[in-house]
Amino acid sequence: MNHWIVLPVVLPAILAPFIVLAARYHIGIQRAVSIAGISALIAIAAGLAWQASDGTITLYRLSDWAAPFGIVVVADRLSTLMVLLTAVLALLVMLHAIGSGWDTRGRHFHALYQFQLMGLMGAFLTGDLFNLFVFFEVLLIASYGLMIHSGGHVRLRAGVQYVLYNLLASTLFLFALGSLYAATGSLNMADVAERVTLIGADASAGIRIAAVLLLLVFAIKAAIVPLHFWLPSSYAEAPAPVAALFAIMTKVGAYAIIRVYTIVFPPDLAVTSGLQGDWLLPAALATLAIGMFGVLAVRKLDRLVAYAVIGSMGMVMVAISLFTPESIAASLYYIVHSTLTAAALFLLCDLVRAGRADLVLAPRPPVAGAPLTAALFFAAAIAMVGLPPLSGFLGKLLILDAASDTPRMVWVWAVVLSMSLVALVGFSRAGSMLFWKARSVEQPEGAEPAARPSALAYVAVGGLIALLGAHTVLAGPIHDYMTRTAGQLFSSEPYIRKVLDTPGKMSAPSPGKETH
Amino acid sequence: MEFLVASAIGVLTAAGVYMVLRLRTFPVIMGMSLLTYAVNVFLFASGRLTIGAPPILMKGVESYTDPLPQALVLTAIVISFGMTAVVVMIALGAYLGADDDYVNDPPEVGAETGEDPR
Repeated sequence: MNHWIVLPVVLPAILAPFIVLAARYHIGIQRAVSIAGISALIAIAAGLAWQASDGTITLYRLSDWAAPFGIVVVADRLSTLMVLLTAVLALLVMLHAIGSGWDTRGRHFHALYQFQLMGLMGAFLTGDLFNLFVFFEVLLIASYGLMIHSGGHVRLRAGVQYVLYNLLASTLFLFALGSLYAATGSLNMADVAERVTLIGADASAGIRIAAVLLLLVFAIKAAIVPLHFWLPSSYAEAPAPVAALFAIMTKVGAYAIIRVYTIVFPPDLAVTSGLQGDWLLPAALATLAIGMFGVLAVRKLDRLVAYAVIGSMGMVMVAISLFTPESIAASLYYIVHSTLTAAALFLLCDLVRAGRADLVLAPRPPVAGAPLTAALFFAAAIAMVGLPPLSGFLGKLLILDAASDTPRMVWVWAVVLSMSLVALVGFSRAGSMLFWKARSVEQPEGAEPAARPSALAYVAVGGLIALLGAHTVLAGPIHDYMTRTAGQLFSSEPYIRKVLDTPGKMSAPSPGKETH
Repeated sequence: MEFLVASAIGVLTAAGVYMVLRLRTFPVIMGMSLLTYAVNVFLFASGRLTIGAPPILMKGVESYTDPLPQALVLTAIVISFGMTAVVVMIALGAYLGADDDYVNDPPEVGAETGEDPR
């Protein structure tokens, strides 16, 4: 059995206690261990993605228990893609955290960061719904600590809201799992997928409740209207590197929706049909609209980026809720783009904040390093709004194209295009307020200009923008890969057979073959 | 017994939801606890209610109770217990720092300072 699959979970789980126990008072060692660990994660994730790229699905049985009885970790194209994206994002965000000194403004930043990565990797790799719940909790516990890192009562207040909202979501998740278990008697995704098809239309009440509850839970994670209220405050008040890492957290919700609603409740399943198109799509369009109107309405840069994240999640969910292979491929392309862009924008908030008293969108004296910051903001804003030449434009084109021959085309095109204009106005206003009008404001008498942010902090943002550039230039091969990924998701039979038919302990003995 | 368990879950959930919708930290955390109790009983009942049946294989026993929900409930109890402790600590920190225990956002401070300083 191939043990590499479980390593993205195990490695941070070992490093985090090591950082707490052995390197508690040595920030240098913590940084070195953290960077080395994340680099190793990238190498492992790249290896796994390479292994999965030809369509092989690799399976890891914990303690060698066979699938419906034990927990399995499954690496297919989608999982390894998300793991690789998380690892790359984590490295760049960590570089910024070190460069800007955020990791020294409170205790245990690096340990919590590793635990957060452990939860994220586990959530992407697991093939069991209850295990997904457990990894959600792992990443949430770590995120509570990271969210209130370096304290302050405004941040703590936002932290309380964030924790309470997510506790409610966890409770809802347990209700969903309880009803799913009551209806099917299993929580392994592949096993549930097989059993769901056996449920007749007359006895489908329980399974329908379970499907809707699960969708609600993942919608909270993905911040879909009307379940998005936790996001603006917590993302705006969280430390900038943490908010940048949280850019992947909303994608966990999107990932879970893609995974569960292609394998367990596929769109052609009779008992849950209509859930995606009739309910998810209007909610996604509303999310897009509210996010982009929020961009226009807010008065602070960090809130503006938080609403832009909601808007881009709306875009992702519009593509997902169409539930065709083309639209899932488009949404995967957009997920990568949106994660990198949101992270870059949150890190830019920190760079702007370094020379200003606050992030209010009002003219203030120009800050040190403003030209470079402004240029990076310009690029990131172009990407987020979805103007050519960066990948936001291509992602939006792919989504529009995927929607073009569906009956809901008019709605999708109208909302996506008009909200792009709204976002364009919002970001133009923010950028000109922050960087152009600043030139007309005099520096107050005797005020020392703030120090320029360190080069490492710029390297992180520059790296994210460079990745966006690569995502644009290599759009052809990447989109081909996403199409193959979506194809694998929509023909779920190999996944189910791989999980259920691989022998392990407790397997039913197959004729003519000795099992252990 | 089904009626007793079902109505207990329903009452706990209703009370929990009501408390969670309050604006002060303490009732909200109480409501969260009630909700987690409700979900624990619900999970327990999701494997069907059986009385006096063993959960593991034994000689001479015909009917069994489902052992998996019991394991799930254990996990859920541990997690919700830890989470409640975390939220109590964070809420205490927010209360001591801001000197009030409201859960909702304070009125926006940027509203006045958002104007042109000149």
